[in-house]
Formats: sequence, C-alpha cells, structure tokens
Amino acid sequence: MDRMPKWADVVLIPLISLILAAILSALVIIGIGEDPVAAVKMMVSGALGSTYGWGYTLYYATNFIFTGLAVAIAFHARMFNIGGEGQAMLGGLGVAVACLYVPWPHWSIAILGASVAAMVFGAAWAAVPAYLQARRGSHIVITTIMFNFIAAALLNYMLVNVMRPEGSMDPATRSFPEAVHLPTLHDLLAPIGITFSKAAPANVSLVIAVLACVVVWALMWRTRLGYEIRAYGHSETGAIYAGISPFRITMIAMLISGALAGLMAINNVMGEAERLVLNSTEGAGFIGIAVALMGRSHPFGVFLAAILFGFLYQGGAELALWTNIPRELIVVIQALVILFTGALDNMVRMPLERIFMAMGNKRRNIGETNPLPDAEHSTKTE
Amino acid sequence: MEFLTIIQVLDSTIRLATPLLLACLAGLYSERSGIFDIGLEGKMLMAAFFSAAAAAMTGSVWLGLLAGIVASMVLSGLHGLASITFRGNQLISGVAINFLASGMTVLIAQDWFQQGGRTPSLMGGARFTPITFPFADAVRDVPIFGPIYSELLSGHSILVYVAFLAVPATWFVLFRTRFGLRLRAVGENPAAVDTAGVSVVGLRFAAVAICGVLCGIAGAYLATALQAGFVKEMTAGRGFIALAALIFAKWRPWQAMGACLLFGLLQAVALRFQNIDLGGIVIPVQAMDALPYILTVVILAGFVGKAIPPRAGGSPYVKER
Repeated sequence: MDRMPKWADVVLIPLISLILAAILSALVIIGIGEDPVAAVKMMVSGALGSTYGWGYTLYYATNFIFTGLAVAIAFHARMFNIGGEGQAMLGGLGVAVACLYVPWPHWSIAILGASVAAMVFGAAWAAVPAYLQARRGSHIVITTIMFNFIAAALLNYMLVNVMRPEGSMDPATRSFPEAVHLPTLHDLLAPIGITFSKAAPANVSLVIAVLACVVVWALMWRTRLGYEIRAYGHSETGAIYAGISPFRITMIAMLISGALAGLMAINNVMGEAERLVLNSTEGAGFIGIAVALMGRSHPFGVFLAAILFGFLYQGGAELALWTNIPRELIVVIQALVILFTGALDNMVRMPLERIFMAMGNKRRNIGETNPLPDAEHSTKTE
Repeated sequence: MEFLTIIQVLDSTIRLATPLLLACLAGLYSERSGIFDIGLEGKMLMAAFFSAAAAAMTGSVWLGLLAGIVASMVLSGLHGLASITFRGNQLISGVAINFLASGMTVLIAQDWFQQGGRTPSLMGGARFTPITFPFADAVRDVPIFGPIYSELLSGHSILVYVAFLAVPATWFVLFRTRFGLRLRAVGENPAAVDTAGVSVVGLRFAAVAICGVLCGIAGAYLATALQAGFVKEMTAGRGFIALAALIFAKWRPWQAMGACLLFGLLQAVALRFQNIDLGGIVIPVQAMDALPYILTVVILAGFVGKAIPPRAGGSPYVKER
C-alpha cells in the first residue's frame, strides 16, 4: 500500500508543511507592517549569532525535547497527551520538594534525585487520566486538559498557601541551596577551553535531554515493550490478537510520557530559576505537541524540531525586544506548524501521493528495466 | 447570608454563565454532528477581539457583534476544512486554532491600537447596555419577588437573554426538526445518513458553522457586555469550562444550561468570597477554580452516570468507494 517512498514521508512532507507555515508567518509579519527578511535576520543573529543566543536557544530546546518526547511516546500508542503542561508543572513541584527538603551534598547526586522526583510526580499526574482511559474509557484528551487546569490550581495553592516563605508576597518557593545549583554550559565547557556565555541558562540538563532521546529511541525500536507500544498504536485489535494487553500498554505509555514531561523541570526549575515560581512551564508542554508532530514522533526528529523551536523562542524574544513585533508571533508560528504538520497533513499528503503514483505508473509504462519494488506491489493492488 | 447577597451572587452567576452557555451550546452542535471541538476557547477569543475592535472603531456594538461572529466563523471554517474536507485530526486542529487565536489577537491588537495587546475601552453605543424590564423599578420594594424580578432577571444585556433562549431553541432544533434528527444521526452513524442520500459533509459543515456563530456571540458578550474591551487571553479557559459543562451535561441542551449555571455559580462564589471558611475548615479559592474540572473528570470516569459521547465523534467520514 506504500504510495510514496519513505524519504518523502519522513522528510518531504514535514518540509513542505514547514515551508507553508513559514510563508504564512511571513505574510503575517508583512500584515503588521514589518519586513519578514529583516525579522528573520534579526532572529538568526539574536538566537544563533552568539554563545549567549545559543545558550538561550539550547535552554528552550532542552524543555521542548522533554515535552516533545512525552507527546511522541503517547502518539506511538495512538494517544494524544495534551497534558504535558500539567505534568511538567507537577514535575516542577517534585523538583522543588527534592531540592528544598533533602540536604544534597553535590549537584551531581542532587540531579539524580531531582530527576527521579520529577519523573515520579509527572508520571503520577499522567496516571489518573491513563487509568481512566484504560479502565473506564474516558477520553484521554479531555481528562488531560482537565488535569492541566487542576495542576495549575494545585500549584497555585501550594505556592501561595504552603511553600511560600514567610513574609514574602511573591508566590514562589525560596531559592534552592547553593549545593544543588546545576552547572551551566559555561561551567561545563570552560575546562576544555571553549568560552561560552556565562549569562545564558543552558545547563547540564541538555545532556540529559539528549540521553533521553537515545533512551527513547532504544526503547521504541530495540525493545519488546517499544514494539508492543507501536503495535498497539498501529492496530488495537491486532495487538490484542497478539496477546498485548491494552490496559498495560496504555498505562505504561502514559506513565513514560508523563515522566518525560515532568523531567523537563530539572531544566527550567532546577537549572534556570533555581526555585519554583508560578507558570514556570511557560507553555512548553503545549509546544511539545508541535515538536512531536514536526519530528514525526521520532526522537531524532523531535531533537531537530526542538532546536528549531528553541531558535524560534529565542529569536522571537529578540524581535520583541528590538521591533514592534510582539512575542506572540511565536505562538502564531507554533499554531501554523501544528495546523500544517498535524491537522492539514492530508492537504499536503494527498497531492504528493498522486504525483508519486503518477510517476510510478509512467516509469512502468515506458518499461524501465529496474522498477521500484513498491511499483511492482502496486500493480497487484490495482 | 443575607437575601440580597444571595440575589447578587445569583445575578453574577447569570452573567458569568452566559459565555459558558453560548460556547457550550456551540460545542453541542459541533460534537453532536461528530466533530470534536476543543477550539471553542480560540474561537471565543478571536470573536472577543474582533468584536471589541470593530465596536471601538465604528462605535456600534452591533457591527462589533457581527465582526465577532464572522471572525469566529472563519476559524470554524478552518476547523471544518481540516477535519471534514482533509479528514485531519480534529483534536490537533482544535489545539492549532486555540494557539492561532491566542497569538493573532495580541499581534493584531498591538498593530492596530498599540496598547500592549488590548483594545481601547469601549464606551456608550460601543457596548451592550442592560435591558430594564417593564415595571422593574416599580416592584423593586416588593419583598422577595421585587429583588428577584428587578435585580436578578431584569438588567442584563440582550445577549444574556439570547443565550438562555438559545437553550429551548437548540432543544427544538435538535429533537423536533428533520435537520436536528439528521445532525444527531450524522454524529452517531454517518454511513446510514449517507446511504439515505443526505450529505454528511454538508451537515457537518452546517453544524460547525452554527458552532462558529454561537462562539462568536459568546466572545462578543465577553468583550462588549461583560467587560468593556478586549484584553489579552480574556477568555481565561472559559472554552474549556464550556467543554467540561458539555460533557457534564452529556451532550444535552437543558442539562447544558444546568451545568453552565453550576459552573457560573462556582465562578461567582470564588469571585466574591475568595477563601470560604466553613466553621474551621477553609476551602481555598483554588479549590473552587479547580472544581469544574474535577467534576468533569468524575463524570467522565463514569462514577456518576456514564458520559457517552456521540459514537462517530472524532473520526472523519470516508465514503466507501
């Protein structure tokens, strides 16, 4: 049934979708009376022109790798985890509890403890919607949306009524102790002679994010569990026939997804703010949706898409600083990417499939000596 | 609690329930036809901005309402294009629409008005003014009935009455007309409707269009009646509360009104009392904020009656070839 070569599906379609989104974004910039070429130049120089810019780009990208992987894993099990935002908020709570109430001797141990706390809190927040989906058939999209709002209320309560230091008006925890401050890329790269901006927030969490990509790849394509998750996503009935338990896969996929979203907190809460504040996630959970869609739910794709969105975020901040283009431009671009790579996928796919089928037929008609294997296959189905 | 306080809380309940109710009924049409819509929030936000912008520029609230409805319907059209024509994922389309509205409103507001993503405050004819019922002033001093009539029922803007009249109208359209029967059928079993020679695509687009109109009114109400102008993110999750109310009501119009009034009451109480002290136990205001969502999860979990969505909801219809 393959109507298109694999490279077209993996590279061409996302690329065309991205170009469409870029064209529309350029039109939006023109519409508000600014010059898109100048805007892109400013974004590139602001986000990639200095180690300071790179430091922010990579910091944002680290967030998006975690949330993108979280959404991607759920996509593989054919579930739409829209609750990454809430799970990341809870992950932040876990990190704050771990950092404030445990006397860690050194950051290297603290980051392990904080990671476990973040993953447990994030997974726990995903567990209830997962259980309700698996056992009661409650639609996971709706329950995870509701859990985002419940998480926001919970976090608000914890920060205002419980964790706020006495005498402080600011709804935030006190700063984490010196021992758990994570080294930034400046600290990490200085010993090997690379000078990196001291002010940029990118930190050692980036390494963990890249490791997470590798682990997720190995899990999905090199283990039995990953195979089961993907099989379940492809065909629920087929998976059941093969003896795969839908309950088990739904739970496991969502727990991993929630844990990954929660793990984001080691970057933004522990690495950057060094305390837990309201709205620490800044919508990164939702950007994970765009990242996973653009990355075609593959860890490598997620990595690239996360870097792209990190660039957009830092570039957008620069734009807002120096021009009349508000930061919300990034939200529009994000919406267009989700629209074209997610919802309007068929708009790009259908014409392309037609083109490729026409090309395949032509090749057969002129009697090419070496027909593609799938061209032969399609003769049978005709 | 004093009687007048109760009346005042109920009065603000009605005001706060109105946008929820309009959005909830909007979702009802769409989801009954088999098109999930988590983009209610975005459509309301877009309508809120364009209604306030048009009202600020023309000075006419009616032109504002029209602009709001048109803006909301454009997004509805986009949702229809993605989820009906191109058979894309309806949930992802909804997410995209929410972000699109959230970004575009601020972008355009900044470009047009340069006030940090808001419109100028609306005054005079650019706002919906309260309608006073006949004899409302005369009966004000009558005990019990007086305040109920003059405070609670009278003195709302016309859109409030439109919203509450839309409830019986929706019930009638869905359950007493041929169009309504077909619309419900297309959400349960589109193949059967198709076999009967009725256009599935046409019906679903009609439902999505009605959804756009109602979301447009909801957004216009927020910006031109409840408040005087547009501010960034002014819908503040109301689209999702409406979605919650829709599930709470199990996709039925009268129950939708009940659910929206309940959630409106929660908002009104949270607004007025902040933390509630129940003889030693203090209910924090955040618990009131979270309650609609918690109730919806409980309902969805099926512990209090089962919420069963329209059977064909969320899946695009592919005609057999």
